[in-house]
Amino acid sequence: MSQPHAKPTLADRGQSLGMRLITRAGGLDAMKNPALRSKVEKVLYRSARQGFKAQVTAGRVFSARSGSGSPTRSRPTRPRAEFDLTPTDDQQMIRDAARELAEEVMRPAGAQADTDRTVPAEVRDQAAQLGMALLGVPTELGGVAEEASALTGVLVLEELSRGDMGLAVALMSSAAVANCLVNYGDSDQQATYLPAFTDDQAPATGALAIMEPQPLFDPAAPRTTATHDGAELILDGTKSLVVGAGTADLLVVSALLDGEPRLVIVPPATPGVTIADDPAMGIRAARTGLLHLNQVRVPATNLLGSEPDHADAVARGRLAWAAAAVGTAQAVLDQVTGYTTDRTAFGEPIAHRQAVAFTVADIAIELDGLRLVVWRAAARLDRGLDAADQIAHARVLTATHGSRIGSDGVQLLGGHGFVKEFDNERWYRDLRGAGLMEGALLV
Amino acid sequence: MIDLEVPRKFGPLLKQAAGLADQVFRPISRKYDLAEHDYPHELDLMSAVIDGLSDSGASQGAGARTTSGGGSEPAGVGAGSRAATPKSGNVNGSNLSSVLSIMQTCRGDVGLTLALPRQGLGNAAIAAVASPEQKARFGTKWAAMAITEPNTGSDSGAIRTTAVKDGEDYVLNGEKIFVTSGERAELVVVWATLDRSLGKRAIKSFVVRRDNPGLKLVRLEHKLGIRASDTAAFTLDNCRVPAHDLLGDPEIRIEGGFGGAMQTFDNTRPLVAAMAVGLSRACLDRTTELLADAGIAPDPAAPARTQPYAAARLLQLEADYEAAYLLTLRAAWMADNGTPNSMQASMAKAKAGRTCVEIALACVELCGATGYAETELLEKWARDAKILDIFEGTQQIQLLVVARRLLGLSSSELK
Repeated sequence: MSQPHAKPTLADRGQSLGMRLITRAGGLDAMKNPALRSKVEKVLYRSARQGFKAQVTAGRVFSARSGSGSPTRSRPTRPRAEFDLTPTDDQQMIRDAARELAEEVMRPAGAQADTDRTVPAEVRDQAAQLGMALLGVPTELGGVAEEASALTGVLVLEELSRGDMGLAVALMSSAAVANCLVNYGDSDQQATYLPAFTDDQAPATGALAIMEPQPLFDPAAPRTTATHDGAELILDGTKSLVVGAGTADLLVVSALLDGEPRLVIVPPATPGVTIADDPAMGIRAARTGLLHLNQVRVPATNLLGSEPDHADAVARGRLAWAAAAVGTAQAVLDQVTGYTTDRTAFGEPIAHRQAVAFTVADIAIELDGLRLVVWRAAARLDRGLDAADQIAHARVLTATHGSRIGSDGVQLLGGHGFVKEFDNERWYRDLRGAGLMEGALLV
Repeated sequence: MIDLEVPRKFGPLLKQAAGLADQVFRPISRKYDLAEHDYPHELDLMSAVIDGLSDSGASQGAGARTTSGGGSEPAGVGAGSRAATPKSGNVNGSNLSSVLSIMQTCRGDVGLTLALPRQGLGNAAIAAVASPEQKARFGTKWAAMAITEPNTGSDSGAIRTTAVKDGEDYVLNGEKIFVTSGERAELVVVWATLDRSLGKRAIKSFVVRRDNPGLKLVRLEHKLGIRASDTAAFTLDNCRVPAHDLLGDPEIRIEGGFGGAMQTFDNTRPLVAAMAVGLSRACLDRTTELLADAGIAPDPAAPARTQPYAAARLLQLEADYEAAYLLTLRAAWMADNGTPNSMQASMAKAKAGRTCVEIALACVELCGATGYAETELLEKWARDAKILDIFEGTQQIQLLVVARRLLGLSSSELK
C-alpha cells in the first residue's frame, strides 16, 4: 500500500534518487571516471527535471491518458562479442548499492519479515530511494535506465536475494509490472500507468500474476480465460501465489484469449476481482495471495503486448527467479563456510571432515555453475539473441541444485539448521520456491 | 561488459577443430577402440593439419610445441597462462581457444585427441617449469608424463622413484605406471625424489629420452576406454639422465619445488574439463537425434514436469552440461587474464568430470539397446568418460582443492 508523504521538492527528489546512488557509490573508484560521473549526473538531472504528479490516495486511481502514439522502450545494450565476466562500471555501481541495501537493511529484517509476512516500511523506503524498482524504466519515462539490461536486473536480484529472497521478491514485484509496461505497453498504457510507478515518494505497487494453482500448470496454457465482449474483455479464473495481492495498486494477469496466452492489465478495484490469502512454504515476506477473477470486465485496450510478449515475460520471470536463487544460495555458502570452520565436534572443526567440506565445495560448484548460466542467458537477452535454452537450463538448475543447496545448508548445521535461530530453514523454504514460481518477477 | 559467448575471432580455428573431429576422428573411433594398442596412422596423415591447429592453439594444447613464450604465442594452456602479460582490458587468448578447440576434438574422440603427436602432458610440464634453454631443446618433441607409481596415485608427494646425482648425471630408479602416450612419445618427463626424507620439496622432474636404455617399457594397459591412447608402464633401472635434463631448479628449496611441479595441474585441469565437456556434447547430440527419431523433442519453454521423462531428462542433462561448459570457460578466461584460477580450475574439472560420466551413462540408458550396443558410439563414450573424472586429479582431489580454498584450510587440517 502506498504511504502518504509530504510533496517533495525537486532538490529532495534529486537527492533521493541519483544523489543517493552517488553517495553510496562515493567510495567507488568507478566514480572517479569523469564519463561515468557525467552519466550519473545526467540521470540525476533528467529525473529531477521531469514533473511528477504524485497521486497519493488509498486505492490508487489511474486516469486514462494519451501518449505520444509511439511507446518508449528501453534501448538494447550494444553488442560485443567476447567472453568477459566483468560487469560495466554502471552495473558495478548499481550492484554495490544493492549489496549495501541487502546487507544493512534486508538481511537483518529477513527473519521478522518472514514471520510477519510483511515488508517493513523502512526497507520499502530505502529500496524506493535507491530506485531499485526503476532499473528497467528508461529515463524518458521517469526511470533510471540508460539502457535496458536484463543483466543489470539479474545482478540486482542476486544481491537483494542474498539479503533476503522474500523481501527481494516483494520489492521487485512492482519492477516486474513496470518492466512489463515498458517492454510491452503501448504509449497510452505507458502514459496511464507508468508515472505512478516512477513516483519516488509513493511509488505504486504491482503484481505480475501468472501462476495458477493446478499441478502441471503450464504458463502457455492458463486456465484463466479472457473473452471478447464488444470493446471489453471478460476474465475468469484463479491466479495463485500472487505477490502482495492484497495491496497491489495494479495487476497484470495472464489469460487465454482466442486460444493464445496473453497479458491483461487489471486494476484490482474492478468488480469481480476478489483476493484471498495464499501463504506458502516460503517467500512469506512477499505476502502471496489468491486472485479470483469472476466475470471481470476491463476495456479491450487493457490487453498488454502480444502473444510472444507473454512468452517473453514468462521466460524473463524464470530467469529472474534463477537469479534470486543464486543470491540466496550465495547467502547459504557464505554462512556454511563460517559455520563449519567454527563449529567443533570430536575435537576439531567439522570442516576438517571430508563429508562436510565436500558438501561445502559442491554448494560452491553448483552455485557458480548456475550463476554463469544465468549471466549468459541475461547477456544473450541484452544482445537480442535467443536465450530460450539458457533460461530453460537456469530453470532446471534452480529447481534441482538450488533446492539441494537449500537442503545442504540446513543439513550442515544439523538441528541448528532446523530451528529459526539461524536463517538456514528460511533459505530452505525460499529456495524450493525459486525453481517452480512463474511470473511475479521479470528482468 | 559481461558476456559469455565465444569470440568471433576463434571461428576459423574451431571450425578446423570441428572438421578434425567429424572428418578424421569419428570415422576411425570404433576401429581403434577395438584395436587397442594399434597406432592410429591416420593421425600421421593429418599431421600437417594437426600441427597447424597446434600452432594456432586449437590442439589439445597441453603440449605447447613452441614454448618460447611471448604474447604472440597462441599455443598451449600451460604456455598461455605463463605468457599472459598484463594488458589493459579483457583478454580472450590461448587458454580460451585451447579449451574450446579441445571441446571440439573430444566431441570427435577423447582417445584420439590424447593420441595426437607432440601434445602430451609432458609438454605441458616442460612449458610450465623448463628453462628457456630446455624449452628450446625439448619444445618440438613429443613428451609423455610419468608421475603415478603402483602405490602412489593422487598422493603424488609420496612417490618413491629416486634420483641420485652421480657426476654429470642423475641415476633414476623406480616404477612408473599410467603413462599416457608412453610408448609413442619421444620423451618421458619422470617425477623422482632427490631425498625421500625431505618429502614433496625434494621432488623434481627429469626429461628422459624414450630410447634411454635404463627406461624399460614393461607393458601397455588394457583399459575400460580411451583405448586409442596408449597407457604404458615403465621401470627405471639405473637410468642415467644428464644433469641439465632436470627441469627447472635443481636445488631443494623449503618452498616452491613441488608447488612448481603441481602448478602444471592448474594449467592442465581446465584442459581435461574441456575434454569432458566435448565428450558430453557428443553424447547429447547423438542422443537428441536418436530420441527425435523416437518422437521425443524437449521443449525449453515448457515446464520440465509437463514433458515426457526422456525429454525432461535431456533438459536436465543439457543444463548440467551448460554449467560445466561455462565453468570451464571461466577457468581458462581467468588464466588468459592472469588471474589465479587454482580453485576455479578444480571447480571446472570436478563439475565437468562428474557431469560427463552422468551424461554418458544416462544417454546409454535413454537409448536402451541402441545405446548399449556397439552399433552406436554411445557405449564407447560412456566407457571413455570415466577416466575424465579420474586423471589430472580425481573428483575427490578436486573437491579437496576447492574446499581447502573456500574454507581456508591446509592439507594437514582438511586431509
